[in-house]
Amino acid sequence: MSSTKYILGLFADPDEMMDGIDKLQKNSIPIYDVYTPMPIHGIEAKLGMKDSRLGWAAFMFGCLGGTTIFSMAYYMLVHDWPMNIGGKPAFAIPDFVPFTFEWTVLFTAFGMTITFFYATHLFPGRAPRVMDFRATDDRFVIAIDAKTNTSHEDITNLLKEAGAVEVKHNDRKYVSYE
Amino acid sequence: MASHSESIIREPLITGKDITYAQITNDILRPVEKMPGRAWWIGFTVASIGACLWVFAVSWTFWFGIGEWGLNKTVGWAWDITGFVWWVGIGHAGTLISAILLLFRQNWRNSINRSAEAMTIFAVICAATYILCHMGRPWMFVYSLPLPNQYGSLWVNFNSPLIWDVFAISTYFSVSLVFWYTGLLPDLAAIRDRAVGVRRRIYSVMSFGWTGSVKTWQRFEAVCLILAGISTPLVLSVHTIVSMDFATSLEPGWHTTIFPPYFVAGAIFSGFAMVQTLLLVTRKVLGLENYITMFHIEAMNKIILLTGSIVGVAYLTEFFIAYYSGSEYEQYTFLNRFIGPYWWAGCMMYGINILMTQLMWFKSIRTNIAIAWVLSIVVNIGMWFERFVIIVTSLHRDYLPSSWAMFYPTWVDMSIFIGSIGVFFTLFLLFIRVLPSIAIAEVKLILKSSSEQAKKKVIEHGHVDPEQLEFYKESLVVFDSVDTADYEKR
Repeated sequence: MSSTKYILGLFADPDEMMDGIDKLQKNSIPIYDVYTPMPIHGIEAKLGMKDSRLGWAAFMFGCLGGTTIFSMAYYMLVHDWPMNIGGKPAFAIPDFVPFTFEWTVLFTAFGMTITFFYATHLFPGRAPRVMDFRATDDRFVIAIDAKTNTSHEDITNLLKEAGAVEVKHNDRKYVSYE
Repeated sequence: MASHSESIIREPLITGKDITYAQITNDILRPVEKMPGRAWWIGFTVASIGACLWVFAVSWTFWFGIGEWGLNKTVGWAWDITGFVWWVGIGHAGTLISAILLLFRQNWRNSINRSAEAMTIFAVICAATYILCHMGRPWMFVYSLPLPNQYGSLWVNFNSPLIWDVFAISTYFSVSLVFWYTGLLPDLAAIRDRAVGVRRRIYSVMSFGWTGSVKTWQRFEAVCLILAGISTPLVLSVHTIVSMDFATSLEPGWHTTIFPPYFVAGAIFSGFAMVQTLLLVTRKVLGLENYITMFHIEAMNKIILLTGSIVGVAYLTEFFIAYYSGSEYEQYTFLNRFIGPYWWAGCMMYGINILMTQLMWFKSIRTNIAIAWVLSIVVNIGMWFERFVIIVTSLHRDYLPSSWAMFYPTWVDMSIFIGSIGVFFTLFLLFIRVLPSIAIAEVKLILKSSSEQAKKKVIEHGHVDPEQLEFYKESLVVFDSVDTADYEKR
């Protein structure tokens, strides 16, 4: 049995890469992942990925932020230490709008971004799991698990046919480790 | 789809022949991967001397107190708040480019958003230093936060626009930082994957382990879109709240309902001018003419013209309302801007912001790099005087003639202001040295649709309306990065 762990199809053009994905899928070859130097719309639909739910996270964090500061201001200005400013009401809702808005935005931004980092396993110092170094430069890389797809020759030919400039048979999953 | 080719009558966003994805990476990362040239060192030396001046003057202020500034009982707010509003205003263009233009799907933002956002962050840092400095005792900053304390707790007054400002500026700074850094991740990964040794380690830590897998990009785009969506009202709220610092007072000249939209327009006006000042030099020094093209320069000049004209209308409205209010204090304040001792500041403000900006109506001026650069600096001089006139000229003669006074800045005032410009440029120069000054991934996105070579391919294929082709060729004449001789042969 060959020692190849992953087959990588390297494309120089995003449209040819899309063609490659189609060809592989037509032949019922599952794709492990695709690495691109820029966001290519349409891959996630082809790979059957669900829509991101980060929007919901953003909404929930926004609600949390707005509620937090509004409750804090209510406690401080109305409950704990109401001030008599010319006999005006302590619970002056219009004045509460600016900072409630600011914290809604603040919590949305931080909550959503941290959720994104958490879900995608991004954090400072994380060892990069890079399959091909040029995937952040000028190569659009389709990765196929070679252990479960044994017809390596067919996969190579399919990728070449679609316009892959190079097909790699890698013995290691990630090339970024020492 | 990446292969979608757009209309030929749109000017290209990337010029140059045979630009490949690899070349985009190479061109943009050249200043990061090579030692900087002489121009960078000269700029950095001058800027860091300015930054040292700032450190000295601020230390002086903290040691001897803000009595070292030229403030007096009448003019209790002068260059400090002028500088603060000026810097915050400058910051606004970055968010406008990165957020509002993203929502409007303006692809030309892709090559200027990174440096404009960086500029935002550095400008807000400069603005924030003014807030800390003018407290005199900077550790007292803690009392502007709603934290429990031993006085009761005596809470902050949430009814005050100054407290809103604390919330607005801190939120604005941190959200801008998050937006900017998230956008940097794919480009940091690009540097990481090309670097070796220590550099690889550093950029590896900074890139958070970015790989560019499908799911990562999908989430990344969702995050960017939502961040743009929330940053848009945020940026409008920030300068609205800054303007309320003045507008909610009873001071003639400040007590004006037009302030929020007027300040926001002025902020974008001065911010775009600063982006122009920086990018016209940056594109030349770093050799990025193919990515920051004449189209970008002209588009920014058009926004300067638009926002400058909105500011002009706001000025006229203010004068009319002062007259129409029938309030003699209000009327005197506005008359005083021309006939009082600060008439020269008023002339600078109105002359530059209303008259000079109108030069941008001429295409020959919008597309002349030297003139556009000079005008962009002139705009920011005018906008500094706008804040000076609003603040000092209003304060120095208000209700009580017996308290009328003049404001004379001391060397400390001047050094802090000049020094803050030094701090700003030091940070910006360090930024273009260690981080990609153009969003690499986003520029790659438009290579197949909006580049000059893509349009050339469309022309070669034929089927182009000759009238449209002629229009396209004519629009390319002003581009300094396009050789029009290439088109003559056909």
